[in-house]
Amino acid sequence: MSKGQKLLNWVDERFPLSSTLKEHVTDYYAPKNFNFWYFFGSLALLVLVIQIVTGIFLTMNYKPDANLAFLSVEYIMRDVPGGWIIRYMHSTGASMFFVVVYLHMFRGLIYGSYKQPRELVWVFGSLIFLVLMAEAFMGYLLPWGQMSFWGAQVIVNLFGSIPVIGPDLSVWIRGDYVVSDATLNRFFALHVIAVPLVLLALVVAHLVALHEVGSNNPDGIEIKKNKDPKTGHPVDGIPFHPYYTVKDVLGVAVFLIVFSAIVFFLPEMGGYFLEHPNFDPADPLKTPPHIAPVWYFTPFYAILRAIPSFFGTQVWGVLGMGAGVVVIALLPWLDKSPVKSIRYRGPKFKFMLVLFIIAFIGLGILGALPATNTRTVLSQILTVVYFAFFFGMPFYTKNDVGTVPVPDRVTESTPARQIRFLVLFAVTIVGAALFAMFV
Amino acid sequence: MKKTFRHLIAAVALVLPAAGFAAESGVPLEKAPIDIQDTESIQRGAQTFVNYCLSCHSANAMRYNRLMDVALSEEEIKGNLMFASEKIGDTMAVAMDKKDAKGWMGAAPPDLSLIARSRGADWLYSYMRSFYRDPSRDTGWNNLVFDRVGMPHVLWEWQGEQVLKVAKDAKGHESKTLELVTPGTMTKLENGKANTAEYDRRVADLVNYLVFMGEPNQVKRHQIGYVVLMFLFLLLLPFAYFLKKEYWKDIH
Repeated sequence: MSKGQKLLNWVDERFPLSSTLKEHVTDYYAPKNFNFWYFFGSLALLVLVIQIVTGIFLTMNYKPDANLAFLSVEYIMRDVPGGWIIRYMHSTGASMFFVVVYLHMFRGLIYGSYKQPRELVWVFGSLIFLVLMAEAFMGYLLPWGQMSFWGAQVIVNLFGSIPVIGPDLSVWIRGDYVVSDATLNRFFALHVIAVPLVLLALVVAHLVALHEVGSNNPDGIEIKKNKDPKTGHPVDGIPFHPYYTVKDVLGVAVFLIVFSAIVFFLPEMGGYFLEHPNFDPADPLKTPPHIAPVWYFTPFYAILRAIPSFFGTQVWGVLGMGAGVVVIALLPWLDKSPVKSIRYRGPKFKFMLVLFIIAFIGLGILGALPATNTRTVLSQILTVVYFAFFFGMPFYTKNDVGTVPVPDRVTESTPARQIRFLVLFAVTIVGAALFAMFV
Repeated sequence: MKKTFRHLIAAVALVLPAAGFAAESGVPLEKAPIDIQDTESIQRGAQTFVNYCLSCHSANAMRYNRLMDVALSEEEIKGNLMFASEKIGDTMAVAMDKKDAKGWMGAAPPDLSLIARSRGADWLYSYMRSFYRDPSRDTGWNNLVFDRVGMPHVLWEWQGEQVLKVAKDAKGHESKTLELVTPGTMTKLENGKANTAEYDRRVADLVNYLVFMGEPNQVKRHQIGYVVLMFLFLLLLPFAYFLKKEYWKDIH
């Protein structure tokens, strides 16, 4: 026995190292037909690591003090060696986190990854999304620019619209009557310690739950139902390592190209990743002409603005925005379809999904723009569509199956399918661009 | 799969709208003819900045010795550009008290360290060329890009005096233009036509400096970016691609 083997045995007798690796990596069987959409889970993990590591280095030089915060960020950008790379990685990472998470969630939506037996995987994932929004919101206050300040002011004031306890609640959140040094200090504490801890715990729960039930796949069939009698492994499954580790490295390489292109050439992303007014220091006496949240919050912000006040209170918009996030977690129980994957669903789901994509992107664009009468009406229509997708689901998914029956084994990718995907993708992009131009 | 990626990247590039800076006044902005690699232009801009802007505006994030990035020596910076501070590592502070400034101009002049990143080069370029005479204002000046601005036209000796011309078309839409009436040291009136090339050049230099000051690392950022992308494209991507291909050749 080699020395390395001896050491491993010594550890294994005291800690389940080999068995854990076996269970979750080398002997975790994943379906062999994962496609493009399946990169975003591992990429989300990568971005999480990027955010934590760059965040640690940022805290070494950042000052959570209303008088020092803004200039300490510029100190990082100018005087700390490599500071600008760390900062741009963190600011780009925040946006890219939402890019990969939105695509990851969309994957779950089209292949029915939330359906039985993966309800808890989805619920944990939805909680991750919610916590991620809190993390991003609190982090956005820290540079202490104009948008940091006024964005936080607007969002914390939303809590003030809750009947009876609202005003006290918003003071309690801020620690002051306006967003101030006290708010900055507590948001810093929550952003660097409390929320990341919750986030990490939820990520572990998400993965443990996933590995308990096994991964879904683009065909939406359970590979565990068809096992090789000799080995006991699913015939359509392959060990996560080495197959998906090497495949994910490829995904990482492509992702890093996109990520680096942004970090080094487009860190502001035309004012969408780093908003221009945020290069002005926070000024409580000067309200910016247009307060827009960062792009990843705009779909929900648009829902908030679309809902008018009833009975003299604004709380309905706040509830609507909250419902827009929470309803995602309810998908496993709203979807009554007998099949999981969109490949074997009927026309009703596909039609509603297209409407949903239009609503989500449309709301995202509208939420970034100043409100006008036309835009408000459009937001209201799209808000109705957004919720109709979810709450209509029990009705339109029932018995809605396509002409192709669900196969017993996973299928190969076909050129026709790839072309269809690319066409839909192109239509979505062009449609979104046209909408943004004319709205 | 490879095709999918290429299309995805193209799609992402397509959907990202160009940088949009909102001009509050709604006046169309002119594109600033600047080149961040042109160190001589930045040097001239720095000269204008310390002589004309720094008496009221600070640049608290900008250290004097950062100007060594645009090929200036310590002696040149100390001899030609430093009037208010003593140490080369000092930031560009301003002697004027903020309260006094507010009393004199209605608002304290903002710190200009990051002005190019919040306003954008085109806005600054248009703004510095859009002052006009307005007797109704305390300073005697107004600005087409920034209506009722508190700042007087600091470079008026260079540009001379412009006046506002308001024309109405058949539909009643107002269009505002500026007309040079008294030329300054850097502008000329030739047969009733204004020649502002020299002044425009000086303003562009100043804006170039402000853009440099907004992010002094940006040239270096691009240089490192090319190296990083080369590494990812030429080494990591092919390595990952062939590794995947090799491992997956038996999977059908």
